[in-house]
Amino acid sequence: MLRLVGQIAIGLLTLAITLLGLLLITFVIGRVVPIDPVLSIVGERATEAQMQAIRVKLGLDLPMWEQFYIYVRDALHGDLGTSIRTGESISAEIARYFPATLELATLGTIFGTLVGIPAGVLAATRPGSIADQIVRVVGLLGYSMPVFWLGLIGLLVFYGQLDWVAGPGRLDPTYDMMMEFTLTPYTGMILIDSALNGAWDVFGNAVSHIILPAGLLGYVSMAYISRMTRSFMMNELGQEYITTARVKGMPEWRVIWVHAMKNVLVPLITVIALSYAYLLEGSVLTETIFAWPGLGSYITDALFAADMPAVLGGTVVVGVVFVTLNMVSDILYRIVDPRARA
Amino acid sequence: MTALHAWLSDPNPSSRRQAKLGQIWLAWLRIRRNRLAMVGLVIVGLLLVVAAFAPWIAPHDPYVQDLSRRLLPPGTPGNLLGTDDFGRDILSRIIYGARITLYTIGLVAVTAPVLGLLVGTVAGYFGGWIDAVLMRVTDIFLAFPRLILALALVAVLGPGIENAVLAIALTAWPPYARLARAETLTVRSSDYIAAIRLQGASSARIIAGHVVPMCLPSVIIRVTLDMAGVILIAAGLGFLGLGVQPPLPEWGLMISSGRKFLFEQWWVATMPGLAILIVSLGFNLLGDGLRDVLDPKSAPK
Repeated sequence: MLRLVGQIAIGLLTLAITLLGLLLITFVIGRVVPIDPVLSIVGERATEAQMQAIRVKLGLDLPMWEQFYIYVRDALHGDLGTSIRTGESISAEIARYFPATLELATLGTIFGTLVGIPAGVLAATRPGSIADQIVRVVGLLGYSMPVFWLGLIGLLVFYGQLDWVAGPGRLDPTYDMMMEFTLTPYTGMILIDSALNGAWDVFGNAVSHIILPAGLLGYVSMAYISRMTRSFMMNELGQEYITTARVKGMPEWRVIWVHAMKNVLVPLITVIALSYAYLLEGSVLTETIFAWPGLGSYITDALFAADMPAVLGGTVVVGVVFVTLNMVSDILYRIVDPRARA
Repeated sequence: MTALHAWLSDPNPSSRRQAKLGQIWLAWLRIRRNRLAMVGLVIVGLLLVVAAFAPWIAPHDPYVQDLSRRLLPPGTPGNLLGTDDFGRDILSRIIYGARITLYTIGLVAVTAPVLGLLVGTVAGYFGGWIDAVLMRVTDIFLAFPRLILALALVAVLGPGIENAVLAIALTAWPPYARLARAETLTVRSSDYIAAIRLQGASSARIIAGHVVPMCLPSVIIRVTLDMAGVILIAAGLGFLGLGVQPPLPEWGLMISSGRKFLFEQWWVATMPGLAILIVSLGFNLLGDGLRDVLDPKSAPK
């Protein structure tokens, strides 16, 4: 136990160093940017004195290391600076945008896991069969697919032609108004909020909006999860304890889903956490296609408005989520698998 | 031909070159049996041919606009895949776009692995605090989601193909560094390295001449597998308008320009996406096959 605690402590230290490095990189990117932050605030006609005043106010007259110190200190207090475009606090804006991304990526990961694990198990138990080939090709296609293109095709087919799902956005405008003015926002995630409020018509509309982008992200994560499940499961099925279980006459489903699965799940935690992190990132393009007001849209919108502090703030948040998820999966791995603690 | 085969498969090669060529020949025989890998090889080969001979293959000039022939559907005589909103032939643009794709992945393939090899071999060879620092830096870059970091970098550098390549390469090197370090650690303490060191070779010479070649096979496999991802990121940047600029026929950019009339003229956005899908699938299939053949550890049982 003590060893586990020690390892977690080392892990947390590594995490701190990594986060510091992350901030250093965004800091450097922010300082070499050709857009002068002073000029974009005061405009072209400002006098030298005005510009100097702003420079002092922004702390740009201080030495670099001191600027970095202030940057890190503010970031640790949850202050990522002020958006040039809106003049608002970037942290507050991101806090508003983030639930939409979280909702989408979470649902996508749930889809990917629910389909990916059985598909991987199916492929592993019948290697070389038609089912195995199909899982492999479908998975490879998922790896090779430009996600934004698949999103467009999905919109074209399921929204444009078949009219099975709602189009871009999180809600239809009327429901959007309802959500905004009559319901209590608990989490910022529409599916959860509308259910908690008992507003099932809003819930239904939200489902019909989210199903396509979430299914799309789910496919991408399914490609990864099924492939890894297959290889982990193949590995386990070759072990001797599996042979023993079979010889004892245990039913095959129990051998696979109880005995082997228990060991497959351990490395799979890491895989699922990683794919979850990738979905948070992959949402940049998906959100653009589906006009989804999440973190990805926030970053790209800021990018086109030359709002570098907001772009970098969003980058930091995604990076932190990424690193934290990695860290959490690593700790979970050690807790679940006693062998990893040694 | 049979004499050549016999020479290649001779179990007792008489020269170093014969042994080496024989190894390559055996690998080729193994990969030839892998049908999916061969499909990948054909696709990648096609990409090379199409890119090299674009002016002779393309039926039209990819830049010439003809507003009287705009948004024609696929199958129109003379425009097999239809035309875009400026009346440009989509097939010809896709064919010329192969050059841009190849240029992008070519540049990334020669920069990112080199950077990764440099960092990885130096870290692995010297060890100690150099190793600790370099690997920490690598991990920090690995911690960044690739597309987001590339976005931020392009935002700073400004859009354009060279900057997109630079941004992608700066996000693609860490896995190579990890790989090269692992390989270096296994050869660092071997006798042949000690022998060269005793002969007075400098560290730079040992790394460049004797460590790097040992890392190359695994790095090459990794490059092939990585190319699919590079194509997707480059297309994503192009789609967002941050990579190649119009009127160049970059595939991602073409998809984004077809987005405006997706529901009426679906082919403008669909066709270039198919091209991306096929090419990146080709690299994935080939990379998978290469790994199975050259790295027996991961071969399917």
